[in-house]
Amino acid sequence: MSTADQAIRFDTVSKSFGDGRVLDRVSFDVARGSACCIMGRSGTGKSVTLKLLLGLLKPDEGRIYVNDVEIETLNSAGLVEVRKTMGFLFQYSALFDSLSVAENVAFPLRRHTRMSEAEIADSVRERLAEVGLEGELDKMPLDLSGGMRKRVGLARALALKPSILLVDEPSSGLDPITTREIDKLLMDLKASSKTTMVVVTHNVPSARRIGDQLLVLHKGHILAQGTAEELDQSKDEIVQQFMTLATDEPANASPTRSASAIGRSHKKEVEYGVQG
Amino acid sequence: MANSQHASPGLTKTFLSEAGLISAFAMRAIRVAFQPPFELREVVHQIYMAGWRSLPLVMTSGVAIGVVLSMHTRATMERFGAEALIPAALAIAMISETGPLMTGLLVSGRVGAGIGAELGGMKVTEQIDALESLAVDSFHHLAVTRIIACMIALPILTTIMNFSGLIGGFLAETAISNVSLRLYFHQAFAGIGFVDYALPTLKTVVFGFIIGTVSSYLGYTTTGGSEGIGRASTRSVVFSSMLLIVINVLLVRIIFLLFPAGAL
Repeated sequence: MSTADQAIRFDTVSKSFGDGRVLDRVSFDVARGSACCIMGRSGTGKSVTLKLLLGLLKPDEGRIYVNDVEIETLNSAGLVEVRKTMGFLFQYSALFDSLSVAENVAFPLRRHTRMSEAEIADSVRERLAEVGLEGELDKMPLDLSGGMRKRVGLARALALKPSILLVDEPSSGLDPITTREIDKLLMDLKASSKTTMVVVTHNVPSARRIGDQLLVLHKGHILAQGTAEELDQSKDEIVQQFMTLATDEPANASPTRSASAIGRSHKKEVEYGVQG
Repeated sequence: MANSQHASPGLTKTFLSEAGLISAFAMRAIRVAFQPPFELREVVHQIYMAGWRSLPLVMTSGVAIGVVLSMHTRATMERFGAEALIPAALAIAMISETGPLMTGLLVSGRVGAGIGAELGGMKVTEQIDALESLAVDSFHHLAVTRIIACMIALPILTTIMNFSGLIGGFLAETAISNVSLRLYFHQAFAGIGFVDYALPTLKTVVFGFIIGTVSSYLGYTTTGGSEGIGRASTRSVVFSSMLLIVINVLLVRIIFLLFPAGAL
């Protein structure tokens, strides 16, 4: 496969913090328009991988390419341009708590586009409608449940219509039903806009749903890489443990809920002030 | 004994290391401040937060300080039969030292703690990383704007503190001697020129730089959750107040050396 087909390329990347080597000569590619799920135990460098991709951290060794641009060689202006092509959904959403929901989503549009306020307002409504939160424009982040915050974080990450979306633990702190809803949003997004995704998750059922390619990190190395079916066949004990972990799904959960069902569920979440 | 010998270089090293890091942070802030985008909207917002919202504290403190200073001044002046000099003595005390230093310390307490806690909170909740992920230079957007806002707000607040102090002094005086407002202010400003006002007031620009830089640095480097936020907030007030008091001595000395006539 030529590099033109790769949105992301990690080339023998290492990263240490103090004496601890978190990533040790890790290499992988993510094809344009596909979703790569990175799994692994806590502290194995999954979130570090995302921060390296975004240029928030610098690798000790190796090269990282985003859309064929080597990000370590960029100055701050170049990094800004690359970051405009990427969205990041943080583990705990990282919403700006002094701004309302609408202001959070409008923030990147105000910073990086010449859109009028009316156009920004339309775009914000559109993004929030995509994540089922069209009625929550004026709420403050602290008034939202965990699932709602995640949706607002996703709407903000998608505001500039990035070609690459980085997602850190989308199911963290969420109930299984809300987890499924977030997964569905990500799957719909990949199908509709061909967005390349790198999703860090502990949640194997989520990874199976979202990922075209699954990658297991262990002690700084890639232990296994491939489709869910390929990893199911792995003889490695740790990979097997990962792939056969108990699912997060309740027995009667419907595998494919409609968008309206998601909306209804969300409205209940709002009405009852459920904190995820 | 052995322990103390080991602890001392450790503390010194930590202090010097921290001082070096804050200096590097300050240098970076100066360099970045002249690079676009200039974040004017955020600077104005921060001036509102640091300046406008400090007004009640500064004005109330100013009036109270003016009343107290006036009472002390009267007690001294009466002994020499120099009551007519009370307004001038109070004006000199307020404008040359009490106003600038008190404003610096009050703002360091209110705004410094606020900046330390706010940026610390943003750091531990990944909001600073979120800014970077949205292709925004978080250092410029958060730290530089607050430093500039403090530098602009301090001289304005100092002027307001000075006038509040004089009004407090007038209230105390008029209750005793029934002096008119016009006569009081005429006597207060009789011996004060523009340079006498400008030099001590402009030194608060440096106070603003210290408060903004120290508290932004401590907020920006916060670690350790809510305990870390509390620590950043407290250290912002302690370090910026201490530094401000020490730097004030140097600034006063420089003013005396460079402008002997303007040093009141």
